Amino acid sequence: MKVLLSWLREFAPIEGDPDQIAAQLTELGMELESVATVGAGLDGIVVARVLEVRAHPDADRIRLVDVDTGDGEALQICCGASNMVAGDLVPLATIGTVMPNGMEIARRKMRGQDSSGMLCSAREMELGDDHEGILVLPTDLQPGTPLTEALGVHTDVVYEFDALPNRPDTLSVMGVARDLAAHQRVPFAVPAPQVVESGDEAAQRCSVQIRSADLCGHFLARVLSGVQLGPSPRWMAQRLLAAGMRPINNVVDVSNYVMLELGQPNHTYDLSRVPDGVLATRWAHPGETLVTLDGVERTLEPTDGVIVDAEDRAIGLAGVMGGASTEISESTTEVLLETAWWNPEAIAATSARLNLHSEASLRFKRGVDPEVAPLAAQRVAELLAATAGTTLHPGAPQDRGDLPAPVTVRVRPDRVNAVLGTTLGRDEMAGLIEPIGYHCEPADADLLVTVPSWRPDSAIEVDVIEEIGRHHGFSRIAPSVPRSPHTGELSAAQHDRRRLRQVLLGIGVTEAMPMPFLAPGDLERCGLPADGLVLANPLAAEESVLRTSLLPGLLKAVAYNESHRMSGVALFELGRVFGLGGQGVLTDVAESEAAGRVLSGESEHLAVVLAGQEAPAAVAVVEHLLRAVGRWYAPGSSDGSVAAAECGAATLQAAPLSGLHPGRSALVLVGDVVVGQVGEVSPDVLDDHGIAERVAWVQLDLSTLFEVPASVPRARPVSRFPSSDIDLAFVVDEHVPADALRRTMLGAAGAAGAVEPVLVELFDVFRSAQLGEARKSLAFRLRFQQLDRTLTDAEVADARTAIVAAVEAQHAATLRA
Amino acid sequence: MSNGAHHSTAAALADVGVERIAGADDVEALRGLEAEYLGKRSELGALKSAMRDMDPDERRSFGAALNEARERLVAAVEQRRSALESAARADRLAGERLDLTESLGAAQVGHAHVVTQTWERLEDVFCGMGFRVADGPEVETDWFNFEALNLPPAHPARSLWDTLYLDTSGLSGVHEGELLLRTHTSPVQVRTMLQAVRTGEGPPIYVVCPGRVYRRDTADATHLPVFHQIEGLVIDRGISMGHLAGTIEEFTKAYFGEQMTSRLRPSYFPFTEPSAEFDISTPDGSWLELGGCGMVHPNVLRAGGLDPEEWSGFAFGFGIDRLAKVRHAVEDLREFVTNDIRFLSQF
Repeated sequence: MKVLLSWLREFAPIEGDPDQIAAQLTELGMELESVATVGAGLDGIVVARVLEVRAHPDADRIRLVDVDTGDGEALQICCGASNMVAGDLVPLATIGTVMPNGMEIARRKMRGQDSSGMLCSAREMELGDDHEGILVLPTDLQPGTPLTEALGVHTDVVYEFDALPNRPDTLSVMGVARDLAAHQRVPFAVPAPQVVESGDEAAQRCSVQIRSADLCGHFLARVLSGVQLGPSPRWMAQRLLAAGMRPINNVVDVSNYVMLELGQPNHTYDLSRVPDGVLATRWAHPGETLVTLDGVERTLEPTDGVIVDAEDRAIGLAGVMGGASTEISESTTEVLLETAWWNPEAIAATSARLNLHSEASLRFKRGVDPEVAPLAAQRVAELLAATAGTTLHPGAPQDRGDLPAPVTVRVRPDRVNAVLGTTLGRDEMAGLIEPIGYHCEPADADLLVTVPSWRPDSAIEVDVIEEIGRHHGFSRIAPSVPRSPHTGELSAAQHDRRRLRQVLLGIGVTEAMPMPFLAPGDLERCGLPADGLVLANPLAAEESVLRTSLLPGLLKAVAYNESHRMSGVALFELGRVFGLGGQGVLTDVAESEAAGRVLSGESEHLAVVLAGQEAPAAVAVVEHLLRAVGRWYAPGSSDGSVAAAECGAATLQAAPLSGLHPGRSALVLVGDVVVGQVGEVSPDVLDDHGIAERVAWVQLDLSTLFEVPASVPRARPVSRFPSSDIDLAFVVDEHVPADALRRTMLGAAGAAGAVEPVLVELFDVFRSAQLGEARKSLAFRLRFQQLDRTLTDAEVADARTAIVAAVEAQHAATLRA
Repeated sequence: MSNGAHHSTAAALADVGVERIAGADDVEALRGLEAEYLGKRSELGALKSAMRDMDPDERRSFGAALNEARERLVAAVEQRRSALESAARADRLAGERLDLTESLGAAQVGHAHVVTQTWERLEDVFCGMGFRVADGPEVETDWFNFEALNLPPAHPARSLWDTLYLDTSGLSGVHEGELLLRTHTSPVQVRTMLQAVRTGEGPPIYVVCPGRVYRRDTADATHLPVFHQIEGLVIDRGISMGHLAGTIEEFTKAYFGEQMTSRLRPSYFPFTEPSAEFDISTPDGSWLELGGCGMVHPNVLRAGGLDPEEWSGFAFGFGIDRLAKVRHAVEDLREFVTNDIRFLSQF
């Protein structure tokens, strides 16, 4: 919305310099987008008469124009335009003039010819959009007169702001002036239109009827005759331009002017083209058609409102756009003026459905003042009489439907102060909102507040409290800090999330943040099932699927970096994934706290890609991560025994997994809960992404992992006695996991009553033809040490015997000699 | 041989020996000289055996001379050995010299995403102010995202948010348009209230809810369809707009610096009444719009299971990405989701 300072001042003696006023508008909630001065930079521009237009001897596109600025002398001006002829009056920027865009006019030569100034187009003077040629002025002006004086142009300030959606009153000059006047404590008054009525009764020429009361709340018509269609006077054209509307002709311009001024959109019909002058309103029939003013044929729905003629034919789209058939034209002599109140929801729906947004629909959908129509009609009549010579016929045929009922709200002063944090008295409160039209009556200790018709946003007590606060000034509310009774802290899961991040950062993995949207086919390209949830209204097909895994986004990042000669990137992401989770029928989906999560299968994942690295690197990452968040050891396992502590709850279970290398992938379990996967991305998948490096992969399902209780490691004493090491190498089948042997070794000696090792470490893996097909040798180092004594050779030998026997028995292993 | 001759022989032997020892080139040579002068077959040893033939007086004085010579030689060996050893150590250390600047620039640490860094800093500031951190799902129902926030179906202000809806045709028991990607973190307000009431843990409620939100928006330099917000919610008895202003001001000073200040100006959000935008002062004296805030609307409190006559509260929210963008002078928001390691590793 753009408002002019001079226009505001027609309603109230607004005080202050333009910047102070700008600050006040901001304080009132009109967030300024721009403040511009118009009509400035015209000092030095005078009216000049064209004496002669000649060709430039050395330039085809330049004319030499001799002009007279009132002293009878001929001044030669070089000019690029050619739309003026001898005798025309034109604006001349004399030497030294600083144009609105800051350019200073100097004496100069153009291809050898003197130029003593510049002839101006409307745009160059910022008086309009036209830049096709020099602005030719009305013929009744005196050469030499300053242009500002000749045209009655004054310096003005244009404030442009985003009107808040709940404040339709600020979509009018009147509404802005009312708020500003109240803020400044200056009187506000709406000038009463001066109209003279003559001729026969309007009712003899037209009639109106509301057929759908829920569509139209009020429909009022006036008749004006004797229209002389023509351009609007310059002052009006200038205001419309400054407010962002293009002047068209005096009838259309007056209609727009009154909409901007009073906030009441209105429509003018050529009365002769409305059969019998009959206008009625109703909901549209399905499939009904109408050609709107923009020449487009619209097919209507029963949710659209229409204005129909005597034969029930649609001639206008209610509240959005008029029809072509009754448009004002050169031949129009009688105008039928419509001012109506339309159901805001209906206008919003039609406007959205047809994607047809007009200044009128904007106001109607936000809610026009249901009581302003008669005033607006009078104002149109006043201005049309002045600009188009019309006569207003007496009488205003009208009909009424459902209008919003006036609202009265009980406001408790204690409540006002409690909400705002103020100490205002009841009378002060009333004094703040009465100037903006809220009528206040004392009632017991409270106020009975009648909400003005132009404030549909005020419906309950707190809405009125906001108005009191707004006019008291938010900046005058004393700040104080409430004291939270809680300790501010992160939850266990929030701490864990940070620890996981810190571990990854410490080992050189960088955090990525790919978009969670995928294109159809992205999941398949990653070897994953194509079961992602789909958006109903994606902006683009490439962003239509919700990810079920962090793999596609991270692989895309690896490919991107590799293609930019950044190979070997290590990236992680912590984010939500979605999948078809919904099983069974949920009742009461709407208000169920779990519904969204259940239906979308939303869960939180952490994934790591290590480009240029193989699966073992990923296993190390898993171990780092699980240890960092206390999910490596079994909860409560730290009973002092090394075996229990070292046989972590976390295990890997080899398994072929979607998208991963079939021989290099495993599930990660904590206890018997699967919390993720580890391995290497399948070479096929890498090929499909154009990735040349191997990519190691970790994925943890944090939603599941955080459900597993964390363990707090308990201290174990450290021995001061000497230790003994032995090495054992076993030959086993290829499929026997090394970790299984390790676990057996840690537990077997204790079970047999021998001393337990304090350390079991795999230090060599060896394969050869001698060992046999699908066999491998695993060599472990075992360390024995007691807390209270030096071990004897016999004790170590007993332990060795027990361990070898257990490993051979449980894993079909053979001890290598 | 006279006594005097014996004495001078020992001294002369020591003189020569000390000089030779001091000139030993290395530990090996030193060891040889040590054997020559102090070993069993040394000249000193021979002189010592001559003492047997001396009378007691002469033996005493000759013994003293011999001892003195021996002590001089031992001291010389020790001194030379120590000198040779420290020279060898110095040589070894000189040979181990490194240009430590060769190793600069090779650090292989990871980099937290700049949005995460901002997010965690915000959490820390609010934790310090007594807030806890709440969380909610990114796929929401229409009820939580709109209706519970005083935005009933067909509310005109719904158009303020360009919403991405899920295709629910494959889901049983769900209406079309029922599931969406949350357009703001505000649904967590109602979730937090409902949970507090259900568990009996509150009110009072003092939480912030950072999270990812979605809009149906084309990515450009200043917009992403996926971005992050942080929402604050305080519900307690007797909470006023003064408390809102005070909290915003305290946060502004804690996060942006003591010299910064904040202001509230009227605005409109369906879920707060009164509503305001909050701005923070910038060094050049202008104001930077940071986010929206206001007193929680009575209808929102009711949706959260609370009686608006008993409880009141305020809420505020703002964008995390934008803060990161401003702080680090990032020109194009799309850098945040491109995952170019050359960008990510700058922070």
